[in-house]
Amino acid sequence: MALLPRPKGPRWLSLPLGIGLMVVVFWLLATLLAPQMTSYDPMDMVARRLQPPSWQHFLGTDALGRDVFTRTLYGARHSLPIAVIVVCLSLTVGAFLGAISGFLGGVADNAIMRLVDITLSFPPMLLAMAVAAGLGPGLGNAAIAMVIVWWPVYARLMRAQVLEVREREHVEAAVAAGASRPRILLKHILPLCWTPVLISATMDLGQVILLAASLSFIGLGATPPTPEWGSMISEGAAQFYSWWVAFGPGAAILTIVLGFNFIGDALHDHFDPRSK
Amino acid sequence: MNHTETGVPLFEVKDLRVSFGRSETQLEAVRGISLTVNNGEVLGIVGESGSGKSIGMLAALGLQPETATVSGSVRFKGKELVGLSRRELRKLRGSRVAMIFQDPLSSLNPVMTIGAQITEALQLHNDQLSNKAALERAEELLKLVAIPQPDRRLSQYPHEFSGGMRQRVMIAMAVANDPDLLIADEPTTALDVTVQAQIMEVLADLQERLNLGLILITHDLGVLAGHADRVAVVYAGQIVEQASIDDLFAAPSHPYTRGLIASIPDMTADRERLFSIEGMPPALGRLPVGCAFHPRCPMCQEVCRTTAPLFRGNQKHEAACHFAELAEGGR
Repeated sequence: MALLPRPKGPRWLSLPLGIGLMVVVFWLLATLLAPQMTSYDPMDMVARRLQPPSWQHFLGTDALGRDVFTRTLYGARHSLPIAVIVVCLSLTVGAFLGAISGFLGGVADNAIMRLVDITLSFPPMLLAMAVAAGLGPGLGNAAIAMVIVWWPVYARLMRAQVLEVREREHVEAAVAAGASRPRILLKHILPLCWTPVLISATMDLGQVILLAASLSFIGLGATPPTPEWGSMISEGAAQFYSWWVAFGPGAAILTIVLGFNFIGDALHDHFDPRSK
Repeated sequence: MNHTETGVPLFEVKDLRVSFGRSETQLEAVRGISLTVNNGEVLGIVGESGSGKSIGMLAALGLQPETATVSGSVRFKGKELVGLSRRELRKLRGSRVAMIFQDPLSSLNPVMTIGAQITEALQLHNDQLSNKAALERAEELLKLVAIPQPDRRLSQYPHEFSGGMRQRVMIAMAVANDPDLLIADEPTTALDVTVQAQIMEVLADLQERLNLGLILITHDLGVLAGHADRVAVVYAGQIVEQASIDDLFAAPSHPYTRGLIASIPDMTADRERLFSIEGMPPALGRLPVGCAFHPRCPMCQEVCRTTAPLFRGNQKHEAACHFAELAEGGR
């Protein structure tokens, strides 16, 4: 069929996807196996304070003499699960409300979409800050704040998908065959709606990690001494001339956000070739 | 025709009207259609695109878009369908009355196997049917519409089927619950000509075997020849002529019908140009006064511009034209 020679190897495995997968797998391993990957404890003061990187301490030590490399690895244990939980919850809430909105239309649609509009009219960071501040510091509260900020994105996407799919002829054929409305939504509309929503969710994992770190940076997420990337950068910001204190968590955030974006992009290209 | 036994026709539409929009700017797409279909009878409905033939039949089953208003009466075995609850209509659709759509390429759910879709159609109207029995019946149905290797085909997805095969599947699903009435909305329009003939054969064969009442909606008079018992010609939301297929071809009474018949390409005639009816069908909001067809009619007289014609002729052959009798003479 192909008229042009294809590059060798599976087509879906492009360079960015490979890099993205490697990075994400690395951080997944760190989440699971952090104690095995380093000989220090993240809370222990293991050396003199503010030591530059060396063979004993790959990324140096922070203001309290704790190993930055160790703390960065352990940081994945906070950031990754939070990101996954926030995205899953937002996706569930958003997709459910969006599907209802698009399928039922009318009053329900209006009510849900106005709620979405209101939520999206705030800068996400500001709203998350306000909610998190209201609930008090702590990663759990930060997660709730982020779900509140994030679900409308999926609600909109899902609604748009449902609106498009519900007009397709096979849905009309299902109505003509006597299928009930819940059945039509669940079996004939929703299975065709997931692709863009899931792709967007993959990309959002990185964004949520960033937002969680931002909240922690200003003291609304994880509280010290938790080894969380945002709060570590915040500590590092106080030690301006010891660049390595903020470098570890900063590089962690940079790579994992990039990794998720690469994967999301690759998924996007794979499932929606039109938009290439 | 066993309606004579009960006195009730299988499907009876009286003065069906479908309109869109609110009172002041209301546009009528269907302006009072009346027709009957008896058991085992094939009624063809012919008309141009946008003449209201499809929307009329959809509305008869309560499948009109939410923005549409429907009035008039539709009776199925004596039971009034207009205004029936969604629940009641749902019970009827797909079991007693089935429908086939124009585009088989998009009428099947792309993410469900053919088997799953047919068994769904079966189980929607029969809770007790086990999965195994439903699959067996599905295989039987594929055999009925002459799909080779039905057992293997059941586990395939729609994209593995050609257009003609998909329309066969649609037909199989439509007759799955042994309906009394089948409405086929341009079943062959999206297919190429050779496949069209095969699909029409499958439909005709099933119609005869299952003694179905069949409404065949099409814009192609040629499709109806040899298949329909009676034909209703629709123009601008109204039936302009209704007759048996033979009478219609032998003595078309309405100038529009004659135009349609003349438009069928004739391979034996040595003509440079194909015949076509002058002008365009009227837009919904700008229907002409008097006979809706008069701006395009070759026989238009003064009366046509002022007065809408009533039906003339008898039960067997009627036409809504002021000059129906005159027209009957020559072609």
